[in-house]
Amino acid sequence: MITAGIDMGVQNVKVVILKHGEILARSLTPSGFEPGKAAEKAFKEALKKAKISSDEVEHVTATGVGVEMAPRADSKVSMIAADAKAGVYLYSSARTVIDVGAEEARVIKCDEKGNVLDFALNERCAAGSGAFIEAMARALEVKVEDMGALSLNANGTVSISATCVIFGESDVVSLIHKQEPKHEIARAIYDALAERIISMIHRVGLNPDVVLVGGVAKDVGFAAALKRKLETEVLIPENPEFAGALGAALYAMEKVGEMQK
Amino acid sequence: MKSENIEYWRWREYHFVAPNKKLGNAEVITAGVDVGSVSSKAVIMADGEIYSVSIMRTGSNSPDSAKKVLDWALEDTGLKLSEIDYIVGTGYGRVNVPMANSTLTEIACHAKGANYIWGPTVRTILDVGGQDIKAIRCDEKGKVVAFLMNDKCAAGTGRGMEVLADLLKIPIEEMGAASLKVNEEPDPVSCTCVAFAKTEAMDLLRRGWPKEKVLAAYMRAMAIRMCNLLERVGCEKDLVITGGQSKNIGIVARIENILGVKPLPAPKWEENGRDPMAAGAIGAALLAKALHEKAKKN
Repeated sequence: MITAGIDMGVQNVKVVILKHGEILARSLTPSGFEPGKAAEKAFKEALKKAKISSDEVEHVTATGVGVEMAPRADSKVSMIAADAKAGVYLYSSARTVIDVGAEEARVIKCDEKGNVLDFALNERCAAGSGAFIEAMARALEVKVEDMGALSLNANGTVSISATCVIFGESDVVSLIHKQEPKHEIARAIYDALAERIISMIHRVGLNPDVVLVGGVAKDVGFAAALKRKLETEVLIPENPEFAGALGAALYAMEKVGEMQK
Repeated sequence: MKSENIEYWRWREYHFVAPNKKLGNAEVITAGVDVGSVSSKAVIMADGEIYSVSIMRTGSNSPDSAKKVLDWALEDTGLKLSEIDYIVGTGYGRVNVPMANSTLTEIACHAKGANYIWGPTVRTILDVGGQDIKAIRCDEKGKVVAFLMNDKCAAGTGRGMEVLADLLKIPIEEMGAASLKVNEEPDPVSCTCVAFAKTEAMDLLRRGWPKEKVLAAYMRAMAIRMCNLLERVGCEKDLVITGGQSKNIGIVARIENILGVKPLPAPKWEENGRDPMAAGAIGAALLAKALHEKAKKN
């Protein structure tokens, strides 16, 4: 059985193809101004990598912010459900799945089957998402991909607030004026975002094991801050940005199973 | 100039010196310097009347901004910095006004400034700047009675307009008028987070909305946020609007439409310098006079 999941993210479209529950291929394309076209491109690329034709895919499930723009979707699944499925697929012990994306963040409490028990969302506020890190890196004048490693050399001598991206920028600029070292400011940025995510975790309760997915999970600065502040081990899979697409492909598998019954 | 080189977000910086006004034997020269997050304003007053005004963009280094904007206000006045008796610094960057004799909050300054610009009937001031929205209630002397501000979130503030000007390629000073060209007012956008302004607008453009409709929906949402704050503080007549967004007719018209209260029209500030955008600096210069006189007595 071959299924596919398409995650129509704000920044990137992600596609995962599964064969009998094993990952066959993944691909990623920037969403750009026309996410529908980006998704077509990503899907074709994934088919090519998997060396299969479009007809061989039995069921495609779409998820993500732009789910309505998915080019081919036999069904849809919420981002929350997709994350829970992916979390438990990746680590059977996962009971809390944290997804920090470009513009949103989610914390999901789930059972051993990957069913959603409870969740907390951050939406419509950039301060609780990857957008916060990007804006702060701009204010600090460092490349966003370099900021994580930079922050690891810091001791935590300064702090900023993550209630608002715009106010956070002002905080960073005044720390620069005070000539605080850049690595300390970088750590303060990650600590602030981690605290915001942790306040969401507390809304659903902290149940180990904790899994971190989403594009921001690749940022070593954020991962370190979350572990430090949470005082718990945090599991991070390879390719964490594909969790949504993987969850959607797993959902597609269930759909095919239901239909065969 | 090639179209891609146009900086649509760039608003007009200016310098004004009161015509036909001679310093003569003015007794007290005071200045107010308002360093905002986006713009810096300086006002020089002779015996409590506007002598010169300057408005410019706040640089990334605020101590410099204060000096630059005050130097500009001094230009063509024949005055030297040392001849100013008392300087009050205000605004978000007020700690970075090194030449100030003292600093005051912009809330007190806006109330005093509005009282000077429009007169003693002003009871409510809505100040919308680069990253702040403040609703202030004052008495007939321009003294603050109550106030509320957006202390946790910059959604719906002026910064979003700069982002949209660049995205939609409409000069920032024409956006208000453009937003009023819609035949029917669209529903407000659900999110006015400045950091998301671009993606929010792109989503609407993708759905085929014309630029004017996108602006109308965005400004509607901004105006609703402002009116919520006004209603919480209690909006008494006369209502006036200060700060950079006082010049955005798209916002002013929508506030009137939502509240059913007409804000007092902006005075002819090109002729007399009573610019609502400079209300904080005007108030600071007036309060500087009061502080100077108090200091002299002691």
